[in-house]
Amino acid sequence: MLEVAPFIPFFLAAALGLFLRGWLRAVLFIAVPVLGLANLWLLGAGGAGIEFGHYAILDFNLLLFKADRLSLLFGYLFHIAALISVIYALHVRDTLQQVASMLYAGSALGAVFAGDLLTLFIFWELLVLTSVFLVWARRSGRAYVAGLRYFTLHILSGLLLLGGIIFYGQTHGTLEFGQIGLDGHAYSWMIFLAFGIKCAFPFFHNWLTDAYPESTPTGTVFLSAFTTKVAVYALARAYPGTELLVYIGATMACFPIFYAVIENDLRRVLAYSLINQLGFMVVGIGIGTSLAINGAVAHAFNDVIFKGLLFMSMGAVLHVTGKINGSELGGLYKKMPKTTVLCIIGAASISAFPLFSGFVSKSMVMSAAIKNGYDWVWLILLFASAGVFHHAGIKIPYFAFFAHDAKLPAREPPVNMLIAMSIAAALCLIIGIYPQALYSLLPYEISYTPYDVTHVLTQLQLLFFSALAFVWLNLRHLYPPELPSVNLDVEWIYRRLVPDAMRGLFSRLFALDNRLRNVAVGGVARLVEGVASHHRADGIMARNWLTGSMVAGVVLLLGLYLILGWL
Amino acid sequence: MSGEKQDFFDNPNNVRNMLRVFYVMCALLFAADFVLHRHTEFRLEGLPGFYPIYGFVGCVILVFAAKWMRTFLMRPEDYYDKRELTDFNSDGGNMSSHEDTNTPLNGGQQRA
Repeated sequence: MLEVAPFIPFFLAAALGLFLRGWLRAVLFIAVPVLGLANLWLLGAGGAGIEFGHYAILDFNLLLFKADRLSLLFGYLFHIAALISVIYALHVRDTLQQVASMLYAGSALGAVFAGDLLTLFIFWELLVLTSVFLVWARRSGRAYVAGLRYFTLHILSGLLLLGGIIFYGQTHGTLEFGQIGLDGHAYSWMIFLAFGIKCAFPFFHNWLTDAYPESTPTGTVFLSAFTTKVAVYALARAYPGTELLVYIGATMACFPIFYAVIENDLRRVLAYSLINQLGFMVVGIGIGTSLAINGAVAHAFNDVIFKGLLFMSMGAVLHVTGKINGSELGGLYKKMPKTTVLCIIGAASISAFPLFSGFVSKSMVMSAAIKNGYDWVWLILLFASAGVFHHAGIKIPYFAFFAHDAKLPAREPPVNMLIAMSIAAALCLIIGIYPQALYSLLPYEISYTPYDVTHVLTQLQLLFFSALAFVWLNLRHLYPPELPSVNLDVEWIYRRLVPDAMRGLFSRLFALDNRLRNVAVGGVARLVEGVASHHRADGIMARNWLTGSMVAGVVLLLGLYLILGWL
Repeated sequence: MSGEKQDFFDNPNNVRNMLRVFYVMCALLFAADFVLHRHTEFRLEGLPGFYPIYGFVGCVILVFAAKWMRTFLMRPEDYYDKRELTDFNSDGGNMSSHEDTNTPLNGGQQRA
């Protein structure tokens, strides 16, 4: 094993990727996450509390690599996610995207192994700087403006983090990244908010639903894996047991499902359901018991894989048909049977069907909620579980692959896409069937058995009757049809209200400015006219004076002096 | 692959049979509540049929609420695009383009 910070191989590969092409680049990009994972595994096997890469800036001792069970789990996860996404994107002949995605994956790894807040901040910003190119790589006008908004919000998050770090450093004299907690200090709120923006807290969630669906088919798969999970990791490290997070998480789990039901762009539906899944993790972190934290990070692990799988299957649809709106798709199971099956595995996992990965982690958070007396939160999470099955579990496969046949020309996606989806699907099943594999990696030692009669029965009842509701609504034609539309969300404030207000303000300012200029120009013109009028023929200044009158004037002046002399 | 080929779901009989199996499974799951003993931690949870009813009613409410949300949240597909992308294409734009875009703007504000 090598004592090399995991981000370094990714950054080096990205630099080499600028010059390599074809299979050479493919081999390099696959080798980096595979070897990185092996190396990290060996490092992790050496026991907890590994650290290296000390450096100093000013008086602060900084640390590039510090690993415990929490960061190791995210480290493994990010290597797996990078491997799957890289394979999924192998057919892409776009050096910008390939290089940006390697840098992006590396930045995420840098962030989870950062031993101090300043190192975290550097990778926090690198995450944005690299990922925004994955949005822009779509090279459409919409992607460009969505990327700008994404960039702006994340830079805001970075600035809040930096401000918080400065105050934190002043108060504590150290920048070590550990438990912070909301203790009333300004810095604790600033850092909390910085993490919250990246974690898509309500009111700050629209960067996700805005930018992710505008990225390329492959770019979205990378995006869905890293940014929000780094935020979950940061919250789990710094704010475990913060009660506010329980309520924020419950809100996040609940409100996006309403949007997901009426959203037409199927990748945007997945973006909303990503927020919904983050809600479960945030609730787990907020509860803060060992079962809850374990549930939160286990769910983060599973979510990256099944959400990645769903984004991959929708990316495949977009790649093959060029369409992603539910209103334009349908009947694709005939031409893309493999993609359909893989998508259904992802859908079953996110819906937490027994034997699929979502089941073994979501139930941990739910159990923790009810064990700690959060009855209402538990009821909301149960509603959100039924809702997620409704929109992500049924709606996504149904409108893309079944429903009415849109008779689109289609075929199975390139083989590398199918391989990547198959790996993800296999992981969903392996973790679902043999959860101990994942449980043994969790931060806390626990004995938790997801498979007992109660859990399996109640979950099946919930899901089957949610499905029954879908069937009933559909047969009665009560289910809202997919309509080409935009649904207003918080983003309306900064995409419509503020720009409109600014435009109104500026057009009024321009009008005022125009009027003032006209008045000034008029005044100057009148002055010039007035001065000129005295110089024209007959003007006072243009008149001839007689020599005699001048002599008379001189006499008058001398006389005046004489009088003054006498006085 | 020809579009003419009859696929599994093209046959309404297949769909009807699948749904019948599904209904039977739902009924069995519901009945299981009265047969199997489950351990509960929450008073409502102990009621027979709690999970099936919660799932069904929850989803119906979800869909109706979402449909109702459409009445005031739905806008045409180019709602944001027509402004944002005009700005994007006109490279910052000049005075006259600002005046042009201001006209529909007030209408939009009133509606919202």
